[in-house]
Amino acid sequence: MKRDDKTVLEVSALENGTVIDHIPAGSLFKIINILSLDNITNRITFGTNLESKRIGTKALIKIADMEVDRHYLSRIALFAPEARLSYIKNFEVAEKIKLTVPDTIEGGVRCANPVCVTNHEKVTPKFDVVDKSDITLRCRYCEKITTTDQFEIIK
Amino acid sequence: MSKSLVSISDFNKEEILKIMELAAHFESNPGEQLLHGRVFATLFFEPSTRTRLSFESAINRLGGRVIGFSEAGNTSVSKGESLHDTVKMVSNYCDLIVMRHYIEGAARYASEVASVPVVNAGDGSNQHPSQTLLDLYSIKKTQGRLDGIHIVMVGDLKYGRTVHSLLQALSHFGARFTFVSPEELKLPDEYKIFLRDHGMKFTETTDMREAIKDADILYMTRVQRERFSDLMEYERVKSAYVLKADMLRGTRDNLRILHPLPRITEIDTDVDADPKAYYFEQARNGVFTRQAIISYLLGVK
Ligand SMILES: [Zn+2]
Repeated sequence: MKRDDKTVLEVSALENGTVIDHIPAGSLFKIINILSLDNITNRITFGTNLESKRIGTKALIKIADMEVDRHYLSRIALFAPEARLSYIKNFEVAEKIKLTVPDTIEGGVRCANPVCVTNHEKVTPKFDVVDKSDITLRCRYCEKITTTDQFEIIK
Repeated sequence: MSKSLVSISDFNKEEILKIMELAAHFESNPGEQLLHGRVFATLFFEPSTRTRLSFESAINRLGGRVIGFSEAGNTSVSKGESLHDTVKMVSNYCDLIVMRHYIEGAARYASEVASVPVVNAGDGSNQHPSQTLLDLYSIKKTQGRLDGIHIVMVGDLKYGRTVHSLLQALSHFGARFTFVSPEELKLPDEYKIFLRDHGMKFTETTDMREAIKDADILYMTRVQRERFSDLMEYERVKSAYVLKADMLRGTRDNLRILHPLPRITEIDTDVDADPKAYYFEQARNGVFTRQAIISYLLGVK
């Protein structure tokens, strides 16, 4: 058993649900927001400022009895590009997914340009990811750039 | 979905060359009635008399008829109708929509909603592709080619959308660029990265007189006072970006001066009489270029 997996299990054993690990500590609340975890009644365990060889300090989230829908994966990746997501069934990892930053994003993030049509009409923002390491989005509509420090989550 | 022209990047190199060819054709045959019986909507949510008249002239020369509005003031839009609904409705009434809007990305959205082609006649500071194509046509006409020209761009290179679109378009043709601007209005990094990625050579300077010595095209733009955070700086630098007739001494015979117009003070009126001044003919080229764009999108040519 790898050390990271052990950390997960030590917090409290999860019978069924989803574990999201290797979230940069600073992005934890962004992920909570994306998944609307403040509005559900499932048992949720958070850990933050945990040691991580890969990303410095990390956070992790364990959600009991919920399979996080896959359509969230690309949005989570914007804030936690190194994250791993595991689906747990009967105390075992049924599937482990290494997140990847997608080429395009639909919805989830607001275009930073205040005069963009997506901020004035009922239009789902669509972006091309023009830089995957220092995550940078270009709006398909106004063609302006939105960078991580400008990210504002919308639902 | 029908083919629209929202951004200059919607046209590839072949399509740009096709537009050049068609514009030349319409210049020699200005009254060809290819669009007799068709109806065109010009929706100007933001007024621009020059651009609207140029499009309407192009449509009329082709035998089409125009409906629309020149400002949003007295329309259903001012009563709170969404852009979506306006565009949906208008696309039932016409064969093509020409649209100008102060909201950026409005034309792209309209092209998704409309059942007919949309031509973007300007969306805020974003794109104005028919201007870019008429600039290219003017370059082609005066230089006999688009490949490998040396173009000097002067003025507001930070906010000037005509500059940004033109350099994107010229990247198909291996141009060399010299950028002349005040420090505050320099070309943004994203365009420099674009040029490097496309293997284009460019230099930046504040000395216009020196830069134009070996230029083929001098592309002037307005330096607007309100773009400066420091008005003292504006007063200090503004005269450095004004073209005067004596500066043209010693420049190449083939040099031509372009400007998207309207000009304020950045080209002295004493330049107008110089055979190198080309900005009024450039505006005339706009009509032929727009005839070309419309006919191409409707597939009649
Ligand atoms: Zn946008």
